[in-house]
Amino acid sequence: MEFLADLVLLTDSTLRIATPLILTALAGLVAERAGIVDIGLEGKMLASAFAAGATAAVTGSPWLGLLAGILSSVVLALLHAYVSIAQRGNQIVSGMAINIAVAGAAPTLANFWFRKGGQTPLLSDESRFSAITLPFADTVADVPLIGALYSDIISGHNLITYLTVLIVPAVAWMLYKTRFGLRLRAVGENPEAVDTAGISVSALRYQAMIIAGVLCGFAGTVLSTGLGAGFIRDMSAGKGYLALAAMIFGKWKPVPTLLACLLFGFVDALQGRLQGIELPLIGEIPVQFTIMLPYVLTVIILAGFVGRIQAPRASGIPYQKDR
Amino acid sequence: MASGSQKLPAWADNILLPALNLLAAFLVSGLVIWGLGEDPFLAMSLIWDGAFGFEEGISYTFYYATNFIFTGLAVSIAFHAGHFNIGGEGQAMIGGLGLTLAVFMIGDVSPFLAVLFAIIGAALFGAAWAYIPAYLQAKRGSHIVITTIMFNFIASALLAYMLVGPLQRPGGQMPESRDFPEGTALTPLHELFGSLGIMFEEGPMNVSLLIAIVCAIGVWFLLWRTRFGYELRVVGQNQGAARFAGISVSRMTIVAMMISGALAGMMGLNELLGEQHRLLGNFTLGYGFVGIAVAFMGRNHPVGIILAAVLFGALYQGGAELAFEMPSITRDLIVMIQGLVILFAGAMEHMFRKPLTAAFARFSVREAV
Repeated sequence: MEFLADLVLLTDSTLRIATPLILTALAGLVAERAGIVDIGLEGKMLASAFAAGATAAVTGSPWLGLLAGILSSVVLALLHAYVSIAQRGNQIVSGMAINIAVAGAAPTLANFWFRKGGQTPLLSDESRFSAITLPFADTVADVPLIGALYSDIISGHNLITYLTVLIVPAVAWMLYKTRFGLRLRAVGENPEAVDTAGISVSALRYQAMIIAGVLCGFAGTVLSTGLGAGFIRDMSAGKGYLALAAMIFGKWKPVPTLLACLLFGFVDALQGRLQGIELPLIGEIPVQFTIMLPYVLTVIILAGFVGRIQAPRASGIPYQKDR
Repeated sequence: MASGSQKLPAWADNILLPALNLLAAFLVSGLVIWGLGEDPFLAMSLIWDGAFGFEEGISYTFYYATNFIFTGLAVSIAFHAGHFNIGGEGQAMIGGLGLTLAVFMIGDVSPFLAVLFAIIGAALFGAAWAYIPAYLQAKRGSHIVITTIMFNFIASALLAYMLVGPLQRPGGQMPESRDFPEGTALTPLHELFGSLGIMFEEGPMNVSLLIAIVCAIGVWFLLWRTRFGYELRVVGQNQGAARFAGISVSRMTIVAMMISGALAGMMGLNELLGEQHRLLGNFTLGYGFVGIAVAFMGRNHPVGIILAAVLFGALYQGGAELAFEMPSITRDLIVMIQGLVILFAGAMEHMFRKPLTAAFARFSVREAV
């Protein structure tokens, strides 16, 4: 029985931890499928976490926070798009620059506005996306199995986590079932062909980056107003890079990427539960090794030891019309 | 390239263009400072005074610059071989680990030998940490940018494990090692100056600065005065041509990345052997990433890198002083400025190239008439 309770808790926190990861990994996926490498996921997430946290604190509305979070993230996505498309600049450098600039700018602004040492004020329950209890969750709570599944795992998440459940199939549908998605994938594989067909490569890539910006905006917002209650310094804590790893782990495909995010989320949740517990045969696993695990797995995948992987062919290469 | 048909004179390309990029970054930073309700010009002069106004400030400026010379050189040598080493941060951490292990193994025997082996250990461990991503890139085609990012996180976790486990100061609670044995340190420069009869205020600047400069000269010699360096640059410019000329691209990738890792690893000489005298968790503080800005600012040339490193050293030291003077500004602002410099000098380096080239073309036509 204790094992079951543990499992319920683990699954519950896996979903929570995976939410921003899934959204950010999808953002990276859309950008790369359109041919733009986006190392700046981390910065976009941090910027929107700050914007959402600050706006929600001032206005008291999580919705305005979400709006601000998405806006800030889209602005940065467009900056990256401008550098990558119009300037034909180095996309890796641009992403790094955005990450570093935001890591400095967000606490600077937070300190300027709120004087709390680089944080935003603690949000009350009304001004954040707090846990939602689904209908009948209390009534069925005592029913064996169904109660645990419905009341403890499915119910009690924040709105953005539920939205994410819809966003994943929506992005997959957009990529594979719409004309826009077909063009978007084509522009990441063979931009010349898209150009020859009379479709603007630049416009498609800008659109892809806007989508990536919106998704990162959701991810950042959920950090500061859903999972947390306010922005704190370095809140994204490498999740943008972990999302990048999940995207590669998922071979640039939505559903495998989702599974990779859930796996990484599970590893993270497990690490919290395993702390100080002696396992049979191996003994206690140091926290640091569970932290390492997703990165080590990604390197192994990248090395091609588990099946072949192929990044979108034109990703990271600026398109030049006159070549 | 369509825009490159008319070439800029070398001085404009190497001095004017970076200066314009830097100016653009400072302009945006100035606007932010103004938006924070402070006077940007006053801020600028406070940064300058903080960095160069007094001897201890100068010492700190060059102390930070030493880190940036190492990491900047590391980024640039990989870049010359056509690769982007974002792993300087992790390589520096593992280099610091190698340094510490050497110090603890030999420190009680002979401090002099310990310092010598610490330098070798730092370079060797840094190189080894860069070897794996380089090997995976060369032999398995895994993208080096992504693998080096992953290796930064793995390094950070590994260092954390060592510092709360085997290497932790006995009885300590912090993630740090015990102090290095007496005498295993790199001499501070003020002591060196003192023995030459020159008075200089106490500060953290140490012999590592000289080692960094020697490394810069070494990189310059290697890249532009040896056959190996020539081959390395050919690989960076055009892999196809390199292969055709019989140069092994995968060997060059691996060697260039290992030199890069060794240089990044040596950052610990300054931080650990020069100042802290113990191993600390996350002692690298993002300096590996600053190397990217330094390399781009310095046009990937050792002389430029030293100048850019001093600039960033001044920003770090001056920025710390600025935070004392202006209440609404914290050291985070310097991190933001650094990001803007990377953006303007690295990612958008071509922004001013077109108009500048056009201006020069018009000017030279008028001269011809």
